Amino acid sequence: MLLLALDTATPAVTVALHDGTSAIAASSQVDARRHGELLLPAVDRVLAEAGLELDAVTGIVVGVGPGPYTGLRVGLMTADTFGLVLGVPVHGLCTLDALAYAADIEGPFVAATDARRKEVYWARYADPRTRVSDPAVDRPGDLDLGGLPAVGAGALLYPDTFPDARAPEHVSAAALASLAAEKLAAGQELEAPRPLYLRRPDAQVPKNYKVVTPK
Amino acid sequence: MADEPLVLGIETSCDETGVGIVRGTTLLADAIASSVDEHARFGGVVPEVASRAHLEAMVPTIDRALKEAGVSARDLDGIAVTAGPGLAGALLVGVSAAKAYAYALGKPLYGVNHLASHICVDQLEHGALPEPTMALLVSGGHSSLLLSTDITSDVRPMGATIDDAAGEAFDKIARVLNLGFPGGPVIDRYAKEGDPSAIAFPRGLTGPRDPAYDFSFSGLKTAVARWIEAKRAAGEEVPVRDVAASFQEAVVDVLTRKAVRACKDQGVDHLMIGGGVAANSRLRALALERCEAAGIRLRVPRPKLCTDNGAMVAALGAEMVARNRAASDWDLSADSSLPVTDPHVPGRGPAHEHSHDHVHEVSKENLYS
Ligand SMILES: [Zn+2]
Repeated sequence: MLLLALDTATPAVTVALHDGTSAIAASSQVDARRHGELLLPAVDRVLAEAGLELDAVTGIVVGVGPGPYTGLRVGLMTADTFGLVLGVPVHGLCTLDALAYAADIEGPFVAATDARRKEVYWARYADPRTRVSDPAVDRPGDLDLGGLPAVGAGALLYPDTFPDARAPEHVSAAALASLAAEKLAAGQELEAPRPLYLRRPDAQVPKNYKVVTPK
Repeated sequence: MADEPLVLGIETSCDETGVGIVRGTTLLADAIASSVDEHARFGGVVPEVASRAHLEAMVPTIDRALKEAGVSARDLDGIAVTAGPGLAGALLVGVSAAKAYAYALGKPLYGVNHLASHICVDQLEHGALPEPTMALLVSGGHSSLLLSTDITSDVRPMGATIDDAAGEAFDKIARVLNLGFPGGPVIDRYAKEGDPSAIAFPRGLTGPRDPAYDFSFSGLKTAVARWIEAKRAAGEEVPVRDVAASFQEAVVDVLTRKAVRACKDQGVDHLMIGGGVAANSRLRALALERCEAAGIRLRVPRPKLCTDNGAMVAALGAEMVARNRAASDWDLSADSSLPVTDPHVPGRGPAHEHSHDHVHEVSKENLYS
């Protein structure tokens, strides 16, 4: 088994190769504006580090967000296209789940990423493997999480809402891959690789002139 | 010919997800998925709606193009993609797909210019482009007059709109007339039953001191909207057909007049017209009339090749392969304002310098004799 994991849902452009037991190569770069430029070279580098070619990959797992749209699509489009050429399954995993999976916390906590526009994407976890609420997007000021510990850049950004914010700040594809490998080994079905936008597209309907002309 | 380059092209600069396949100058497939219906209620293309639709449509459209062409992806000689100009988020979806596709297949990647592709597509219809070529590109996103001596290395802007694109003016006037979106086809239809000389709308930038090859449609747009609003304010019925015909005439009069003048001034004896507005029947008719009178040969591809599509990107990609142009690097970015003077985005490898030498060499030729 050789899983290629990608996530571009957050400022981290992260890639990893996982052999079913552990991550054998990984790359993470944090740059919110250059997902499109950084991802393919990172894939190339990670494969080179492992001494493998892309066609050795037996499955792909991609972070489906939630995340700001433009960057999010880079990972999804890349994963979809690799899947098409290689003829291997493409799995989706919630980016917050991968972030939570890497948390060193036993009890209930929150994972939160930066949704920009002064909002966070977030979800509650009973433990690092168990999400107990659907991913949501909200203003931090509207959330009352009772001082639960929290991980992720979304938590670190808003200390008033997340007084007990902890590492990891960014999601890693190595964690994404490990979680996926664990789920696959347990015979669990992963999600489809479809984006979690959580917001409707911004679109202004132009003011219409009064209809004077019958069609 | 089997030894001509087999190239797949991906286009996502606006609202069409296009995947085309060509062999040299032969069109093999032109698969399109459009999100235009999703934009209609907004009266214009909504970038985020377009980007979401590209992501959904890409893989099925690639599949469809390969089936249509009856070729195997393994036999491709290269993958071309629109690197710009266009909507940033929309371009990025296509560039991401093209990179992953080329990388997974082990094929070279060519990030190419959308405008140069609009010109190059004519090779699929009328054979090799004459060199030099004068091109008038008119669509919802662009209105430019371009002169190219080599579509892979030398595209020179002669003129462009200083405000709105011609197609935008069609959309705006259609909206003011409550005719829906997109405006081009519906204005064309109404105009056929109207009188083009009924209302004397202004011809932008046609004064003796105005730039000879630049366009302006903003003043015309405002004049037409004001004229309609005045009618409505006076409680009179708006003569939609005459307004459509008179407005359309003002647009195509300026476009064709300036294009023919550019050909004459530069000593170029043929003109190609591309872009979505090239589907306009009055533009085609008037361009033909004026080109014939001036002894200029007119080349206009069929409407489906004039609007945005993947085949045009593949056509330019095939030319890049045929002329040994440098492939792009894996960190190719989508550039929403890629200059028209960059027909492609070569990588930084050694082949890059070679292609630049060629550019300089070609540029020295005297076109203006
Ligand atoms: Zn176009």
